[in-house]
Amino acid sequence: MTGFRLQQAALTVSGRTVLHDLDLNIRSGERVALLGESGAGKTTLLRALREQQTSQVAWCPQQPGLVPVLSVFHNLYMGRLDHYATAYNLLNLIRPAPARRREVTELANRLGLGDRLWAPVEQLSGGQQSRVNLGRALYQQRPVFIGDEPVSAIDERQGDDLLALVCEQHETVVLALHNIDQALTHCNRIIGIRDGRVAFDRPSDQLTSTDIKPLYPSDVS
Amino acid sequence: MTTRPLPRDTGAMRRTIALFVLLALLCLPWADIAIHTLAPGRELGRLAQGLLWPQWPTTRTLGEAIAATLAFAFQGVALGAVAGFGLALIYRRRAVRWLAASLRAVHELFWALLFIQLFGLSTLAGVLAIAVPYAGIFAKVYGELFEETDPAPRQALPTNASRLSSLMFTTLPQAWPNLAAYTRYRLECGIRSSAVLGFIGLPTLGYHLESLLRQGFYAEAAPFFYALLILIATQHRWCRGWMIPALLLAALWWLPPVAPVNASLIWQFLTYDIVPAPLRSGVDAWPWLADLWQSQLWPGLVNTLVLAILSLVVMGLLGVMLFPSVSRLFGNRWTRGLSHGVLVVLRSLPEYLLAFIALILLGPSMLPAIIALGLHNGAIIAHLIGQYSNTLVLRDDAARGVNRYFFEVLPRQFRLFLAFSLYRFETVIRETAILGMLGIPTLGFFIDSAFAEFRFDRAVLLLVASAILNIGVDGFARRIRRRLHLQQQVQVC
Repeated sequence: MTGFRLQQAALTVSGRTVLHDLDLNIRSGERVALLGESGAGKTTLLRALREQQTSQVAWCPQQPGLVPVLSVFHNLYMGRLDHYATAYNLLNLIRPAPARRREVTELANRLGLGDRLWAPVEQLSGGQQSRVNLGRALYQQRPVFIGDEPVSAIDERQGDDLLALVCEQHETVVLALHNIDQALTHCNRIIGIRDGRVAFDRPSDQLTSTDIKPLYPSDVS
Repeated sequence: MTTRPLPRDTGAMRRTIALFVLLALLCLPWADIAIHTLAPGRELGRLAQGLLWPQWPTTRTLGEAIAATLAFAFQGVALGAVAGFGLALIYRRRAVRWLAASLRAVHELFWALLFIQLFGLSTLAGVLAIAVPYAGIFAKVYGELFEETDPAPRQALPTNASRLSSLMFTTLPQAWPNLAAYTRYRLECGIRSSAVLGFIGLPTLGYHLESLLRQGFYAEAAPFFYALLILIATQHRWCRGWMIPALLLAALWWLPPVAPVNASLIWQFLTYDIVPAPLRSGVDAWPWLADLWQSQLWPGLVNTLVLAILSLVVMGLLGVMLFPSVSRLFGNRWTRGLSHGVLVVLRSLPEYLLAFIALILLGPSMLPAIIALGLHNGAIIAHLIGQYSNTLVLRDDAARGVNRYFFEVLPRQFRLFLAFSLYRFETVIRETAILGMLGIPTLGFFIDSAFAEFRFDRAVLLLVASAILNIGVDGFARRIRRRLHLQQQVQVC
């Protein structure tokens, strides 16, 4: 069972309630997008979902938290630290095993980072770093993917490609997105958050722009 | 995430570490690291027993030793700070930089040996022994703090403002917080230095420690040991605000810095005793110099370097191994509290005292010195990196335990570790020379013997050699730091 359930929940961040009266049921196999202005509480909600079953969730936070002096290879490898014995991890820190090297190279190629595999991530651009971050979550190979703006620093075409990969490799996907087109393309359920509450929760094919517009009141365009 | 950090050569860092480890391995065959005592375990047991069941001296003896320790420390540091401040104002001049570098390149204990020749075993000799090298250190640190201040307020002043008013209104207020913090920190070092001066006869805590420990009276030595530990470990609590001037005045009243000055003796020391013997008698100086080089200078230099490099590597190892024990990213409140206590003890005790104790336990070889230098400096490094690691923010799904240490924390802290270690290199080499006075044949051993034999010409020449070595090592460490872009400002003694 890889679903999530929140009933009459209130989520707080350092004592302040960010989200009220949450009634949410995410079933296995769903692909959910969270929409809402920044500061609406999407990150808080994703955190709460992850905490329900940490061992099932591939986690892709908005702040990458990569280790700057380690190479792309190692930052990707870190996704599976819990999977291997510590001694094996240390061996791979010093000299990567051929099998892991193959796996990670393949993933890096898919991310468009094949030629930077051994560069320390501090030498990468912001967009490249965010691809490493996404790659680390993919490498975890878990049934659920939870991503907080996983492709916002990546150009749209590549972002679409990577989101497709995420959906293909995971049973259940929950994403916070700010690109509405991407949400509609890749997800089959959209949850809009506004003023600390769920504003709507609908299948993406029943959604109209009049539903979405009120989510972004400060957006003048 | 828009700015790209400077590309840094991680390979260069790895090569530097490899270089030091390789040097240490090459040093091993030259290092005498045998245990010479018959039953070090039993001796350690007796020491532990003594520490657990201390024998109290009279309150008067203990009180006087504490008062003397504080008096030398306060007067020495105060005089050093005033002189260093003066030098810092003209620190831009090359000659001043050289003067400051050579003052601090000679250890307090060596200065004490010199001043004792001039002023006898007096308060003045002890105060000057601390003040002179500290003036060199203060000149450098204050000078750098002044240089780091924002020049804009200075440039905005009217063009004919005097230098003094410019200093008082712009430079000093900006540098003041760091300056005061550093001076207070130096007072802690001063207490350590003052205690160590007791080992050569000044009436501080070290005097009692030396004589009691040497005779194996561990229970009797324990109270002095605890007094020193408590003084230093609690220093930051009682030594602040109005207490500092009050204690300084009390120190001047308790032990006025005076000495019986015999002008003709001093004159003879400066113009005759320290002049190399062959020059005095007008014969060829070369054989004298060649003999000194072969029998003392060269072995002294080699042993000093060998010991310093081995200690540096041990220090580094202990530093990286111990820092997680005080970091909030590992362990729990209890393990951290315990480790913190152990590190405070190791940090507070001077290397010289640690080496002295290790020497009693293990016998005369390089091993006690390596252990003492490694433990003391390793504890400092571990404490600093542990503190810095508390500022790291890890991901929610970051690994735990050993994986966390090797993948998340150590790589992030590695530059810091290298910077701190290189900063400690100069301290380690200074202390290495001085440990010779305990019988390990580094430069200090030959300097101490020369003083004991009243061959002051040799002593001064060896002192100059050890100063040049310190300056050289300092320059070397600075160059590596610059090459690796490790420009962290860390000021630890």
